[in-house]
Parts: sequence; structure tokens; C-alpha cells
Amino acid sequence: MKKAQPDTLDALRPGETGTILALHASVELYRRLAALGLRVGKHVRILRRGRFAGPLHVRVGTTDLMLRTSDACCIQVQRSHT
Amino acid sequence: MKRIAVIGMPNTGKSTLFNRLTGAHAKVGNWPGLTVELLSARIVVGGEMVQLVDLPGIYDLRAQSGDEAVVTTFLAQNAVDLALVVINASQVERQIMLLGPIAKPDLHVILVLNMADEAAALGISIDRETLSSDLGVPVCLISAKYGQGVEQLHALIATALRTPAGAAPAAGNGAGKGPGQGARLDEHGLEAAIRRSVMIPVHASHALTEKIDRVLLHPWMGLPIFFALMFLLFQAVFFVGKPIQDGMAWALTAFRSGVLNPAFAGLPAVVSGLLLDGIYNGLGTVASFVPLIILFFLCMAVVEDTGYLSRAAFLMDALMSRFGLDGRSFVMILMGFGCNVPALMGTRVMRSRGLRLLTMLVIPLSLCSARLQVFLFFIAALFPADIAPVVLFSLYLISIATAVLTSQLFKRRFVNDDPFVLEIPPYRFPTTQQMLLRGWQEVGHFLRRATRFIVAGVVLVWLLTNFPAGAAPGSVDTWAGQIGSLLNPVLSPLGIDPKLTIALIFGFVAKEVVIGALAVIYAREGGALMTTIASQIDWVQAYSFMLFTLIYTPCLSTIATIRNEARSRAFTALAVAWPLALAWTVSLVFYQTARLVWA
Repeated sequence: MKKAQPDTLDALRPGETGTILALHASVELYRRLAALGLRVGKHVRILRRGRFAGPLHVRVGTTDLMLRTSDACCIQVQRSHT
Repeated sequence: MKRIAVIGMPNTGKSTLFNRLTGAHAKVGNWPGLTVELLSARIVVGGEMVQLVDLPGIYDLRAQSGDEAVVTTFLAQNAVDLALVVINASQVERQIMLLGPIAKPDLHVILVLNMADEAAALGISIDRETLSSDLGVPVCLISAKYGQGVEQLHALIATALRTPAGAAPAAGNGAGKGPGQGARLDEHGLEAAIRRSVMIPVHASHALTEKIDRVLLHPWMGLPIFFALMFLLFQAVFFVGKPIQDGMAWALTAFRSGVLNPAFAGLPAVVSGLLLDGIYNGLGTVASFVPLIILFFLCMAVVEDTGYLSRAAFLMDALMSRFGLDGRSFVMILMGFGCNVPALMGTRVMRSRGLRLLTMLVIPLSLCSARLQVFLFFIAALFPADIAPVVLFSLYLISIATAVLTSQLFKRRFVNDDPFVLEIPPYRFPTTQQMLLRGWQEVGHFLRRATRFIVAGVVLVWLLTNFPAGAAPGSVDTWAGQIGSLLNPVLSPLGIDPKLTIALIFGFVAKEVVIGALAVIYAREGGALMTTIASQIDWVQAYSFMLFTLIYTPCLSTIATIRNEARSRAFTALAVAWPLALAWTVSLVFYQTARLVWA
């Protein structure tokens, strides 16, 4: 079976999960993401996406948070297969 | 006096803990080097009076902007003996990272794991003793909301304050590790400590929250439910608040005619006029906002503390981000349609100053209930009943259009510099005590800081409309009338004559007084006033006057609130000047076009 290619977080569909591989963000955004639990190696699940290209509702650990797709595209993830 | 700082991330119940420890006797005050005010209170711990300071919620102490800079500056410029680091117990895994940069050899630290009730409900177990000895700081598990563990925290604070700072950060129950050694508070050390002492079930999730979110954040139903809820909230605030406000106005008038008028009857007319029409009416203006502010913040406490405000942000973000605003701005602007003052105060939930200022620039353009009274009067006087609703609706549309225009024009000037990454907390239900306390604190805030400004403004307008001596109050002979004549070249192209200009000057105080002012200016009441105005101006002039009234400064209380919240004279000046310029332009364009078309 072929190994899945890395994706960015905004490419994941609701219900899908992934493991964070890298964060290509500005220092400020990087720190905020890290403070809210989005760190390399963590598992992220997309709970839902906002209507009309709205933000993502994601869960990492015991924290639920929202982020805009423009910020989510800087987070590289390995999509998990279920 | 020793000083304790309360530090923590947003949504950790930091303020609830602060209120729990201080019993709501807190005061806002200025601090060296800071442009924002902080809440502080004196409390007695272990027989000693200490000062407790509530610092703003922060994500990462290393950041150089916003609230992080406030906390860094505060810690650098003020001696702090003890830091209470407040962490949400169910998110200890990520929030513990805050501890590293705060812990210093010369500062006592107590790790406060709050919301212990929620963590327990999720099945998270925390070995307090192990965590404490691994980190080298005392740890306590509490629920600030329900009061569990607060006594133990008191004891830990007392112990920490008895020990000289620098001697032993591990004093109390954090024995085993010496100061500045052993306890590794870097990222890996903290992670390892959490792994050893915290057990999180694989599927720790708030089941009820997930169920509620499936409905409230539903792809198609989410927005309609949001609008329905906002409508209910709006009704609750303004249709409950309005009778209370009216009752209060009635009581103030009754007190005046029953007690004050007879009491001051012996005084010269100028003195009693100043005292009654100036100062007493000014205080009355301030008082009339109290019920609305309390109700608004009771409702905001529900919307915010339940976690629905961040859901609103989620739902509205796709639209609002185009205007440089976010979903929370939308909620406040919507509330502004009831009353601008509490809506402006509500912007405090936003961390980014740019976003806050932009929202505060937009809110006063919302057609509030006071302006509505003026419009209903003019529409009844000058428009046939069948088109009256259309006229009113057009004013609401223009209100929204000016808000959109303003946000589009100024979004590059007031940039939202805070990353839009927000926590969506589980649904929580605030206790009645929490809600009442919030309403009470906000009213105190408003009264303390706006009263002087508003009374001064009311007195000034009273002087303008009653002097020079001998001029009939509100007439064209007064200073206000003279200003009206002076402004005639500027306002006559808008169809606004000197008499209406006097009404606009009165309206600067509050839109509620405009109709009363017109009665004074035209020396007519009620139906006779309508007939007189209808005979002196036509509908084009009336609509132009309404446009101007809609857009220019809503009232003194709004300006006072903007000044307090923004803490910037330049911004306050902009918030007065821009709507004034916009009002003039819109009225001019309308009046001249309408005159060309309908002659």
C-alpha cells in the first residue's frame, strides 16, 4: 500500500485526523498555535468547517479551537488512515 | 505590602478565581509603564494584608505584543512576591508551558489547576504531589466557580509569603528539589512532569458540548439559530430594559418636580437652572444607562461565559473577515442597535487593539433605540402613514451601509494584529452570582469614569442653550442659536436651518432630549409641534436632518465610553470627527440630489 503524501491541515475533511509534521508560520502565529496545543507530533481532528469558506473547527488533545483556512494551510500534517 | 499577580491563559477562569479570592472588592487602576488599567484588590492572607493583581490572559510570555507585553512590562516594573499561575486542569498538558518563562529564582510561584470539576468529569486524574515535587512548586487543584480547594490555596499563599523569596521556590509541599536546580522547567522537563502525573483518557471529550455543537454549529441551521438567539437577546435587553429605563426617568422627573423644584424655588433662576437643568439632568442621563448596562452584561455573561460568543465568531467569520472584523464584532455591532454604550464596553473581549478600535469606530453608526424615537417623531410629522415603514427601513439600511463603508475605509488603518486562532471552550453555565457580579462591576466602571464627562457636557449644552442672559431658552438668540446662524453657510446646503441646528446641538448630549429640545425651540408640544415643524420644513429637509442625526455623534455617553475604553484622545477625536464628516457628506448628497429631482 502506498504511503500517504503530507497534506496541509486545511486539506483535511471533517472527521479526518492527522499528525502535525511541521508548522510554517510567522513567529507570532507559531507561538499562538503552540500555546493552543498545535505542536509537531500532535494529533489533530477536523470537527467541522465553517460555511462559505469559513474557519476550521479542530480538536487537539482536550482543546477545541478554530482557525482560518489561511492559517491552517501553514500546518503540514500526515493524514491518518481509518 | 506584598504583591501577588494572577497570571494565566484566556479561558482559564482566572477572573473567577480573582473574584473568589477578593470577594469583588476590586478596583481598576493605573500602573507604571502600562496604557491599560488592571484590576487589583487588597486581601488578608495569613493575618497579612496583601495586594492581588489580575493580569490579562496571555498565551506565551515571550510574545512582544498586546496583552503579553502588558504582563511582561508589569512584571518588569513592579515588585511581585508571588505569582499564581492559573491553568485549566483539563488542558494542563498544553497550558503548563506557560510556567517555564514565569518561574524565576526570586519569585514564588503557585500552580493553580482550576476547573478541577471539569477535569474530573472528563476522567482526567492529576497526581498533585508528584507534579508538585517534579516541578518544584506548590500545586493545588481548585474549582474557582464552586469554591472547592480555595481554602487550601489560601494556606499555600500564606506559606509562600512567609518564606523569603529566593530562598526556596519549592517551599510548602514542593519539597525534594532545591531552588533553581533539579526542577527542569523547559518544554521537555514540563512535558515529562505532566506525563508522570497526569492521566488523560484516550477519548476525553465533552459529550454534551459535542451534542449541542451539532445543532448550534450545524452547516445550515447554525446561522439561522444564531440570528434567532441574537434577536431574543436583543428583545430581552431592550424590551425589559426600556420600561425600567422609562420608570427611572419618570422617578427622576417626579423627584425633581416634587422635591427639588420646591427646594430650589428660592434660588436665582440661573443657579437653579444650572443645578437642575444642568447637573441634575446630567446625572439623570448617566443614571438612565444603568439598567441597560446591567441587563446587557447579564446577557453578555451568558453569551460569553457559556462559550457561545466563540461559536458566534465561528459562524460569522467568513463574512466579517472581509470587513476586517470578526464574529465577536458582529455581536457587539448588533447590540449597538439597542444601545451603543454597553456594546462599546463589550468590545473588551477582543485582544487585538486594532480590531477593538475598528469595532468601536463602527458601533456608534448602529441606529440605537434613542435615535429611533427621533425618527419616529419626524416620520410621523412629515410622511404619510403608508410609506412611513419604508422610510424607517431605509434609515436602518443606511445605518448598515455606513458601518460597512467605515470598516472598509479604516480596516487598513486598524489592523487586527492578533492571529485569529481562538479556543472554542466547552459549554459552561455561569452561576447567578457570576452574572450579577459582572453586571455590577461593569456599571461601577461606567459610573466611575463617565459621570464627570457626561455632567460636564450636559452643563455646557445647558449654558449654550440658555445664555446670554435674557435670551429665551433654546431660541435663536442664545449662544447655541448664534452657533446655528454661524454654521448656516455649512448646514443650509443640507437643508438644516438654524433652529434644527440647535436641536442637533442638544442631540449631542443624548438623542432622547431632541424631541424635548424641539418643543423648547418651537415653543410647541406634541401634535402642535408636529404641525408646526411640518409647516416650516418639507420632507426632503426632514430626511436630510434624520440622516445627519443618524450618522453624527450618537450621544455624550457614547463619546465618554469611547474615551474610556480606547484611552486615546486622538482616537476619540476621530470617532467624533469621522461620523460628523460622513453625516455632512451623506446629508449634502441626499439634499442636493433630492432638490434636483423633486425641486
